[in-house]
Amino acid sequence: MNPEDLHYTKSHEWVRIDGEIGTIGITDHAQKELGEIVYLELPELGHVYNAEAEFGTVESVKAVSELYTPLSGEVVEVNKSAVAQPGIVNDDPYGDGWLIKLKLSSDEEVKRLMSAEDYGEYVQSEEKAK
Amino acid sequence: MKFLPTSDADRAEMLAAIGVSSVDDLFVSIPASVRQAPSLPPPLSEIEVRRLFGGLAKKNANAKETAFFLGAGLYHHYTSAIADQMLYRAEWLTAYTPYQPEVSQGTLQSIFEFQTHICLLTGLDVANASLYEGASALVEALLMAERLCPGRTKAVLSQAIHPEYRETVRTYFTNLALEIVEVPVGPDGATDAAALAAAIDEKTFAVAVQSPNFYGIVEDWSAASVAAHAKGALGLAVVAEAASLALLASPGEKGIDIACGEAQSLGVPMHNGGPILGFLACRTAHQRQIPGRLVGQTHDAEGHRAFCLTLSTREQHIRREKATSNICTNQGLMALAANIHMSLLGKHGLREVAQQSHAKAEYLKGRISALPEYRLPYPGPTFNEFLVEGPRAAAPMIAELARRGILAGVPLSRFGGPTNQFLVAVTEMNTREEMDRLVSALAEAGGRQ
Amino acid sequence: MSLEVEEKKPAPVDRLHPESRQEPLVFERSGQGKVGYSLPPLDVPDVTAIPKELRREEIAGETEITEVEVARHFTRLSKLNFSIDQKLYPLGSCTMKHNPRINEEVARLPGFAAAHPLAPEEVSQGTLELAWRLEQALIELTGLARVTLQPSAGAQGELAGIVMVRAALEKEGNPRKGVLIPDSAHGTNPASAHFAGYKVRELKSNARGTLDLHVLEEAMTEDVAALMLTAPNTLGIFEDRILEIAEIVHRKGGYLYCDGANFNSFVGLAKPGLMGIDVMHMNLHKTFSTPHGGGGPGSGPVAVCERLVPYLPRPTIERRADGTFTLDLDRPDSIGRLRTFLGNYGMFVRALAYIVSYGNRIGEVAQGAVLNANYIRAGLADLYHLKYDAPTLHEVVFSDKKQAEHGVHNGDIAKRLMDYGFHPPTVSFPLIVHGALMIEPTETEGRASLDAFIHAMREIARDVREDPQIVLNAPHTTPVRRVDEVAAARNLVLRWKPGS
Repeated sequence: MNPEDLHYTKSHEWVRIDGEIGTIGITDHAQKELGEIVYLELPELGHVYNAEAEFGTVESVKAVSELYTPLSGEVVEVNKSAVAQPGIVNDDPYGDGWLIKLKLSSDEEVKRLMSAEDYGEYVQSEEKAK
Repeated sequence: MKFLPTSDADRAEMLAAIGVSSVDDLFVSIPASVRQAPSLPPPLSEIEVRRLFGGLAKKNANAKETAFFLGAGLYHHYTSAIADQMLYRAEWLTAYTPYQPEVSQGTLQSIFEFQTHICLLTGLDVANASLYEGASALVEALLMAERLCPGRTKAVLSQAIHPEYRETVRTYFTNLALEIVEVPVGPDGATDAAALAAAIDEKTFAVAVQSPNFYGIVEDWSAASVAAHAKGALGLAVVAEAASLALLASPGEKGIDIACGEAQSLGVPMHNGGPILGFLACRTAHQRQIPGRLVGQTHDAEGHRAFCLTLSTREQHIRREKATSNICTNQGLMALAANIHMSLLGKHGLREVAQQSHAKAEYLKGRISALPEYRLPYPGPTFNEFLVEGPRAAAPMIAELARRGILAGVPLSRFGGPTNQFLVAVTEMNTREEMDRLVSALAEAGGRQ
Repeated sequence: MSLEVEEKKPAPVDRLHPESRQEPLVFERSGQGKVGYSLPPLDVPDVTAIPKELRREEIAGETEITEVEVARHFTRLSKLNFSIDQKLYPLGSCTMKHNPRINEEVARLPGFAAAHPLAPEEVSQGTLELAWRLEQALIELTGLARVTLQPSAGAQGELAGIVMVRAALEKEGNPRKGVLIPDSAHGTNPASAHFAGYKVRELKSNARGTLDLHVLEEAMTEDVAALMLTAPNTLGIFEDRILEIAEIVHRKGGYLYCDGANFNSFVGLAKPGLMGIDVMHMNLHKTFSTPHGGGGPGSGPVAVCERLVPYLPRPTIERRADGTFTLDLDRPDSIGRLRTFLGNYGMFVRALAYIVSYGNRIGEVAQGAVLNANYIRAGLADLYHLKYDAPTLHEVVFSDKKQAEHGVHNGDIAKRLMDYGFHPPTVSFPLIVHGALMIEPTETEGRASLDAFIHAMREIARDVREDPQIVLNAPHTTPVRRVDEVAAARNLVLRWKPGS
């Protein structure tokens, strides 16, 4: 369900690592919870974030969610297509619905994130608590 | 009890269905020690209510029963019979907030029309569904400007903005670590342009002036917008007498970013100060930061045009602590009254009301300033309200005239201002005969030692 | 940035129902030369003494329309609305009770509707006395010391209440840092606390749906200015340990704020002042019957204990020894103003008319409200899931858990209720119940109305099991169906433009 090659956070973001670039988005569970996304607020290029910092917001008709970066780094690319057509994030959250790309500043931080399996369990336990 | 439609028989059966023996059993969760019946008189019948309230109402001098010249942020303008009576319709009066669009298209479309009217009058792109009234509208506009200029903490306000508006801003700002700088008026009665420019710096997020200002003087919106933009701040227009929007240069055409204030003059009765009608309008670039409710156009599942509340995620019930405002209700019914009024009068009627208000005020202004004991402290151009200085304390004189059926003006002493000054407002509702009567009364009061 | 708009095909023409269900915009009815108004001719010289650069051109795009068209337009628009005069509106926490028409009549008397608050006090004794009488009545009903009538609505009342608490604490030397708010609290509380300059800490409710006293004890420190409680809470459950709660808060020098949106559940039967509540706002447009008007105006008076009296907004209304009334602006510790003038005065008139119409029988309001809500609870508890077992007062919150097993959610049930002529209950609150259906009938519903609602809900539950599509595709009978709120937010069209 959740792609194996990605790493996940408790706040429902994922990151794909290619060398020193980390591509970040929100998970399928997050897009389902939010409902149809109507607006994205994403940072400018060059912004530098520490892990777990807020880098933007994703807005649906019924909710606004802050976006938190899984890893530290500098923003080197922003998905303009997603900003223009926020529905892409609902349709393809792990592919065309990516949000930002960071030039990562640390190799170590990824160890703190969850695997696909751990994230799957985490989501299940959250659902049970409802 | 005529509002309680449950008979004793019904009650007994309902209690049985619930499984309790008395209504008291339903209140077990409320501790006995906090129970207490209020000490109130027995119920009044409708006839008695009419008598009681009729008696209280009779004691109040009001615009329908006197020659009326009061303003200072609340104005006696024409309201149409059709608007007054349309508000009695149950579907308007007793409907709720339009959260469920399928059953609220009437309210939603009316708000959409109201938003449009406000845009046309202010010359801006987007307006919200209304706010409580002018002072809190200014607060909301300032907070909006602050969000749009992150890192800046100072608001520059003209001292010619209504004193109750400025006091309200101070009450809100005390708890938000924001600074207010006030700029005085110049000798002509308008905000001192040099002082205004000097007060603005890189810490300023908003520059606000009112026109017509508290003293009735027409100000130039460009002074605020140009000075603000020079330092990266936003220009705010404050309007307390919205009838002026049909005659005076609009905030939008003069570079203003956010217009706010009081729309009561556009078809809402004075109601002794409330409910009235706050408004806020802005440019498209800033629309996501606009507080309050917004109605947007869309379509339904079958392709019919439809309206719904939108951008609600900025509002308090979803964003909670991060909301753009804590506002919940708007002034729905008053916005409807204003919509009907603006629609009925329209392009020509709104202009004619403004023109008549201005012409009549000029007439009265001329006659009062010709009286030897009276002068006009400020020579600047006015719309329909002006400051008068008399030979002695204004409040007792005005009270005396009130007993004779003339409400002559608002003494500045009510705002801690000079005791011999008072504001006189004129609208299309005043007749020449009333104005001449006021002049005679002032002449007589001035001549007495 | 441009957003792509999904092109919607225009609606197909329905030959069996050829009358259009849509009403054009008033601007679309407008046409050159039409006139809808008349003014008397000017009886003074027609001059313009304002320089040209300070004047505008004509208002492009504004309407030219007749009274007939205005009458038709607004009458037809009104028919697209549901309203409480039509049928039950079971909106939880909104208290959609009948709006008595005597209130409307007296509010329109010229002595109130055409009065100006800056007229001399000598000729405003009636308006001042009415406001004073309303304050006295609310003091009597709350058991607190004084009431400010100034706040324009409940949310503004909340803000006033918390700002007064802050001012009082600041006077003692330390405003403190935050407020505590249960997760079962009313919607505007956190935003109001924020605007008062406080951080918010949310307290989790216990399994009963009430405040966990251990959680409160641990959270209540000398950094906490106040606990903001909604009583009863948004589940309709009264905090039966309210006296202990007050004690915990007071022991640490904090204030107990009560959100009085749900006052309809115990007004006239119990007094907040006896519960240890220090400050409470009320909603005249809920408990005290003033009409909702399609989203306002409201009015949110705030009752305070003796310690908070010095901080009341300015001005207050006082009765002198000789029986005359005056405004007191000389209040050095006042928090200042929240708005112009005295408040939504027209709502004071209506609320006082309501209170005197009930007089000492006002407790029957709460009794009726609680009876009706419990009758609905009893009538639906076998078919709809009740997350919390505790006794509920004037409202009941079901969840859609049983229906969700068939793929139907609270929003769908809400839409299907429209086909029965009912406005849906609240579905987005409270946040602690997933898929909530928050139902508050109020005391002005008779047995027949309640039975009709219960019957409709039971039929919907049956349809969910046997024919879910009819619920999922609802509403079927309203003028518009399934309004696309996503499209509205993705492509913002917030006004009509000339040339459209």
